[in-house]
Amino acid sequence: MAEAALAIHDAPDGGLVLALSGRLVAETIPDVWRQALSALRGAVSRPVTVDAAAVDYCDGAGIALLVDLLRQPREAPVRVTNLAPSYRALLDQYDPHNLEHDLDPEPPRRPAIEEVGRTAGTVLGDLRTQIEFLGQASAALASAIRHPTTIRWKDVGLVCERAGADALPIVSLISFLLGLILAFQSAVPMKRFGAEIFVADLIGLGMVRELGCLMTAILLAGRSGAAFAAEIGTMRVNQEIDALTTMGLDPVRFLVTTRVIAAVLMTPLLSLFAMLVGMLGGAFTMLSFGIPFVTFVHEVEGIVDFSDFMAGWVKSFVFALAIAGIGCLRGLQTGAGASAVGDSATRAVVSGLVLIVLIDGVFAVIYFVLDI
Amino acid sequence: MAEPGETIIRVEGLTAGYDGNVILKNINFEVKRGEVFVILGGSGCGKSTLLKHMIGLYDVQAGHVYIDGDDIVGTEGPAREKILRKFGVMYQSGALFGSMTLLENVRLPMEAFTQLDLEQMDLLARMKLSLVGLVQFTGHLPNEISGGMQKRAAIARAMALDPAILFLDEPSAGLDPITSAELDAVIRRLAENLGVTFVIVTHELASIYSIADRVIMLDKRVKGIIAEGDPRRLRDESTDPYVHQFFHREAEVAPAAA
Repeated sequence: MAEAALAIHDAPDGGLVLALSGRLVAETIPDVWRQALSALRGAVSRPVTVDAAAVDYCDGAGIALLVDLLRQPREAPVRVTNLAPSYRALLDQYDPHNLEHDLDPEPPRRPAIEEVGRTAGTVLGDLRTQIEFLGQASAALASAIRHPTTIRWKDVGLVCERAGADALPIVSLISFLLGLILAFQSAVPMKRFGAEIFVADLIGLGMVRELGCLMTAILLAGRSGAAFAAEIGTMRVNQEIDALTTMGLDPVRFLVTTRVIAAVLMTPLLSLFAMLVGMLGGAFTMLSFGIPFVTFVHEVEGIVDFSDFMAGWVKSFVFALAIAGIGCLRGLQTGAGASAVGDSATRAVVSGLVLIVLIDGVFAVIYFVLDI
Repeated sequence: MAEPGETIIRVEGLTAGYDGNVILKNINFEVKRGEVFVILGGSGCGKSTLLKHMIGLYDVQAGHVYIDGDDIVGTEGPAREKILRKFGVMYQSGALFGSMTLLENVRLPMEAFTQLDLEQMDLLARMKLSLVGLVQFTGHLPNEISGGMQKRAAIARAMALDPAILFLDEPSAGLDPITSAELDAVIRRLAENLGVTFVIVTHELASIYSIADRVIMLDKRVKGIIAEGDPRRLRDESTDPYVHQFFHREAEVAPAAA
């Protein structure tokens, strides 16, 4: 491949001649380009002739070099001579002085106080949207329960499988490990006081009242909440939501109800499972501390009563409602473009986790007041 | 590198499809350097499938695709990358990167594969965008412009490295007649002045007559090529009823009841 080259010499009329030669393509011209520009800038008041007689080949990058030379702000003119007609046709496609006229609006610069106000407005607006959506979803759910035949049960079944049955392995694994680690970490110090038997109480109460449903909810938010947001977000990007709306079908009823019903049906079952498997993990650890399985079960039976179980289990229904609802809402709020779907999934998970903490806090206060 | 008029793409015995289904069977044709070559056919006949297999996006079931002498089928590693550098592709949907401005989209291949300065790349990217009438939108994100504009920006990105071959999947669909005609002119200029070879999938008859040197027509009933040649000659001289129907925009007439 012939390299590109630049020869600079003075013209008899006092001007400067830049003689280009060889192949002017992206691979060969970076150095030539820099040299030519620097020569041009060093002779602002002298007329410059770019002689392309010895150019063997010139692609878009070579043409860009010529355009760049022609568009430099100068006192004396620059002209390109002896360029082969086929390359001249390519060069003539461009107006060197009209390549920078962007229509892009400058992002408005606002005072800091205005930015704070706008952000606060956005946050409050988002809260309002969430509350409105919760009302809308609840109304759609109530209507669906009154008219069960309007529910697309096939879709409910599919979501149940994806959000419920398919989540069983990860829920089991995390709960088992949680029980195992919790038991081990508490048994070691308690053994010093000969109180390791009370680890069973800790695991039983902890898993049933709090951790079983909490871990399931966190997994639901990360797994199904994000999936709902991504699915519905992709439908938004593909204009499927617009199609539903123009058909006269309510997207909330059509898409959200099925997912919320499935989540509310599946999450309590997963929570139950998580409680049991978590306790199993704890019992497994206690075996190594010399406490037999029967003793462990007996101890748990003694400390955990039905109200403890219900106190934990009831929360899982509310978690399911909130997480599935927020996942669907974030999906429906998706903007345009591929990154918008990712943003929606992220916001679904973050909002879901915040809601879990809030709801758990509210329940804690209620249980404290009711002395449950 | 192939000289003007020499074969730059050769498709030999290509059988292609998805998941074991055969959509195209034993396809053979050649594309000459500097030629504007158009793949035609009704919906679902496998035009885009052929294109995707020619550019190595999917594995072929049988056959070979030689790009400038190198077989893309079964070639991996640096040898494959060398083949990929020889062509640019514009996808049907545009496939611009949503998080990047138009300028950044067009500049991306230059950043990866050239030693040019940022300013030089910016100028080159602006020139590519000006070719498709988008120089005023360089700072826009893809979702801030219309679908037709996205398509034009995608063509600019495909041309970023001045490849010897450009594959365009439905470039005119969704464009207004004026922009479509301007795009046709750009294609002709690049083919005639730089010897760029174009392989274009399109339905636009007006566009085909103004740009195509040669066309092949696919038909799903035979899963292959039913016509090949100059589009005007095919329109005026072909005796195949489907080809006639296609070029004369006639609806299929159901046979009259006996």
